[in-house]
Amino acid sequence: MSGLVAVSTPYTVPAGLMDVLQAVLLVLVAAGATAVVLTRSPLRQVIVLSAYGLVLALLFLAFQAPDVTLSELAVGSVLLPALLLLTLGRIRRREK
Amino acid sequence: MTGRLRLWIFVAGAAGLAAFVLWGLAGLPGFGRYPGPYGDIINRVAVAQTNATGVVSAVNFEYRGFDTLGEEFILFAAAAGIATVLRRLRGEHVITTRREALDRVAPPASDTVRAAALAATGPVIVLGWFLATHAQTSPSGGFQGGVLLTTAFVLIFLAGQVLLFRRASPADLTDVAGAIGAGGFAAVGVAAVIMGLPYLSNFLPLGGMPGAVTSSGTIALISFLVGLEVAAAFLLIVTELTDQALLVREGGR
Amino acid sequence: MGFLPFLVVAWVLVVGLYGIVTSRHLVHQIVCLIVVQSSTYVLLLAVGYRTGAVAPYFSDVPVHTPAVDPVVQALSLTDVVVEAAVTALLLAFAVQAHKRFGTLDPHELVQIKG
Repeated sequence: MSGLVAVSTPYTVPAGLMDVLQAVLLVLVAAGATAVVLTRSPLRQVIVLSAYGLVLALLFLAFQAPDVTLSELAVGSVLLPALLLLTLGRIRRREK
Repeated sequence: MTGRLRLWIFVAGAAGLAAFVLWGLAGLPGFGRYPGPYGDIINRVAVAQTNATGVVSAVNFEYRGFDTLGEEFILFAAAAGIATVLRRLRGEHVITTRREALDRVAPPASDTVRAAALAATGPVIVLGWFLATHAQTSPSGGFQGGVLLTTAFVLIFLAGQVLLFRRASPADLTDVAGAIGAGGFAAVGVAAVIMGLPYLSNFLPLGGMPGAVTSSGTIALISFLVGLEVAAAFLLIVTELTDQALLVREGGR
Repeated sequence: MGFLPFLVVAWVLVVGLYGIVTSRHLVHQIVCLIVVQSSTYVLLLAVGYRTGAVAPYFSDVPVHTPAVDPVVQALSLTDVVVEAAVTALLLAFAVQAHKRFGTLDPHELVQIKG
């Protein structure tokens, strides 16, 4: 498949290296998803979700999608955990 | 139906689902062998047609602008839905001054966290603004810039200044900003119709060099409006949940 | 390597569904829904990927460099942001459910009538 590379840019990485990076990140994403699901306490799950968002963003970067990386970083690692923590705080306050 | 039985039914169903999904995905051309003509055609003509070097944003705001309009309105509707679901019920009120908040026992915020959060707020606002206004040049665009702008406000909240955060993002201002963003996007489309072109055509001057800041006509404008709307919608969502978590008290004032 | 992305997509989908089905806390279920949604982003980007290609931004590479598909990236990026907002709406419903029924256990919530 390397015959598709007609132009060599300053940023070209040897194709094998990118494959290895993608494979490693894919395995990390699968492990991260399993970790998020198996964490039963919602509070701990939020932290694991934040880390999972980071790994997912790295995977998107390896897939040559920087825009999706930016969105996923801001949303998955900051905004969603913030919303979840606020919700959990609300619920915990009522239970007192 | 006991838990065990439910679990076994799920395992059977999930195995079937996974089999179907994998069977379907096996019929694709294979990872890395993207054949489709659509992406290649857009990559070839986008820079020449729109003077935008960020092809993803050109796709979002020009070639598939109508879809983006729909997605933006989903965002708008979700924010409005949250405001409705979490409205002030009878028997609740919102506290606005520090004195009324003394019933809450909170661990003291770490000085490092507060300093770091406040110091990072300015750069994050600049970065978010940059992303929202430079959709046509590089990896940037309205959606990313908008969420980053919201993150800046969340940093104020993280610094422990909840009341300042509420004052800095009053509901009226956020609502107006969101309305300007969403309505502005639709209005840009209508403006094209008024000029006799199809809805959402790119009618502004395309500018000089591809990738210059003033190039690409309506793409830059729409991206900015989308950034405004996304920031406002998410800020509204965060403030609604913050109110619920920290500021709403039972009992009438 | 050829089929690994699709295997990961199917795995993440099934694992997320398992989390939703066996969950005893509404917020835990919502987080598992987030995981299920993330599998679709991976699928979209994997479909559009081309080996040895660059990202579809031509400010520093010549226009005819082989690039990955920009359309699926545009879809994924709006997807990420919009689904976060819809998740927030689900969280608001969870808050209201807790206010009205006092519990967030899906098994108990189902049995409450009226």
